Amino acid sequence: MTWILDNVGTIAGATWAHVLLALPAIVISFVVAVPVAWLASRFRRSRFILLLFAGLIYAIPSLPLFIILPLVLGTSVRSLVNVVAALGLYGVALMVRYAADALDAVSSDTVLAATAMGYGPWRRFFAVQLPLAGPALLAGLRVVAVSTVSLVPVSALLGVNSLGLLFTDGFQRGIFAEVLAGIVATVVVAVVVDLGLVLLGRLLMPWERPAMMRGLRREVEDQAMVTA
Amino acid sequence: MSYLVAALQWLSDPANMSGPNGWQARMAEHLWYTAVATVVACVIGIPLGYAVGHAHRFRTVIVSSTGAARALPTLGVVTLFGLLLGIGLDAPMLAFVLLALPSVLAGAYAGVEGAPRDSVDAARAMGMTEWQILTRVEAPLGMPLLLGGVRSAVLQVLATATLAAYVGAGGLGRFLFLGLKTQNYPMMVASSLVVMGLAIVLDLAFEVVDRLVRRSVPAGAPAS
Repeated sequence: MTWILDNVGTIAGATWAHVLLALPAIVISFVVAVPVAWLASRFRRSRFILLLFAGLIYAIPSLPLFIILPLVLGTSVRSLVNVVAALGLYGVALMVRYAADALDAVSSDTVLAATAMGYGPWRRFFAVQLPLAGPALLAGLRVVAVSTVSLVPVSALLGVNSLGLLFTDGFQRGIFAEVLAGIVATVVVAVVVDLGLVLLGRLLMPWERPAMMRGLRREVEDQAMVTA
Repeated sequence: MSYLVAALQWLSDPANMSGPNGWQARMAEHLWYTAVATVVACVIGIPLGYAVGHAHRFRTVIVSSTGAARALPTLGVVTLFGLLLGIGLDAPMLAFVLLALPSVLAGAYAGVEGAPRDSVDAARAMGMTEWQILTRVEAPLGMPLLLGGVRSAVLQVLATATLAAYVGAGGLGRFLFLGLKTQNYPMMVASSLVVMGLAIVLDLAFEVVDRLVRRSVPAGAPAS
């Protein structure tokens, strides 16, 4: 306990660095996964390939990816760009499946009605499909956000600052409280980011009633349980 | 690119390949850890998941345990157990099982809990005992979901086993950490490639088994 009280500054700095790595990766996951999922949902044939590919990327262990990715990016292993890119890649791989399911679940009658009313492909996507898929997209993004936050610490093995440094430093110096503080802080960051996403969802989708969200949550929970 | 060539040279060098410290032995060790941890997680998780799934109870507990497992940083769990149990294999093994358990539990639970009520009721009406309903109706219908859970567990352990060398265990992570310490980038790339290859081969193997299992399961089975 004394370690925690003596090192509040270190913990706060590491937490902030952690958030700065996780948030861009979560944003990238969403922005990249939605167009890819649109392709997967629009063209049946591409769906199988895209989802298989996404699954394979997600299967790759994180430490090896942190080491291999610089070969492609041309950055150093310890570069923040490398870490965010690797985290983003996992996020995209996980998000694509949720987003493809979310877009598939939009009623085709509604899409056809929009087409009949003269909506072009862009307007149809942004004004009809995206808002209707919104709640399911949010549910998927919450899973992605939590797993991104919990993945960041691995980068500490390369020497990148995040809450993961509390694990490496605590282990090497044999400070139990430091490792424990790191775990608790990581979980707290995950919970706070998750709550932030829920609030963002309420702001952007005020029309969603909580009851509907519950039914949907059950579906995503079921899927997320098994793809954990 | 030159690093990639250097990595491939490192892998093909007989001195790095064979022997008790060669990458082939470390790979076997890595797979051994993965197999042991997965089997232990299955032995605990499948009966438990089936029991609560059959009873349709404790859904919230299962959902929150998988949610919590996702939020837990694996490196934190590995180092925490490393400090508690000391250097060696005990700590990482316990961490592997802990991290693999929620996926297996959830897969077993979701498959059985999601079995169509009509089929279960029909089985009961035909006079099947609860044990027969579980083993002959719910468990076969839940096979694809259980397999999905085991697949996540295997990949999770494979990834975490890479971190185990940090707390003194063996496996392919040995080369990664040795490479990090000695700034030997080709060695790090080489061992990373082997781990990635293992993960991809295992994932594809599960994909094939998944297809075979799905083909043998009748329509109406709970989907993932």
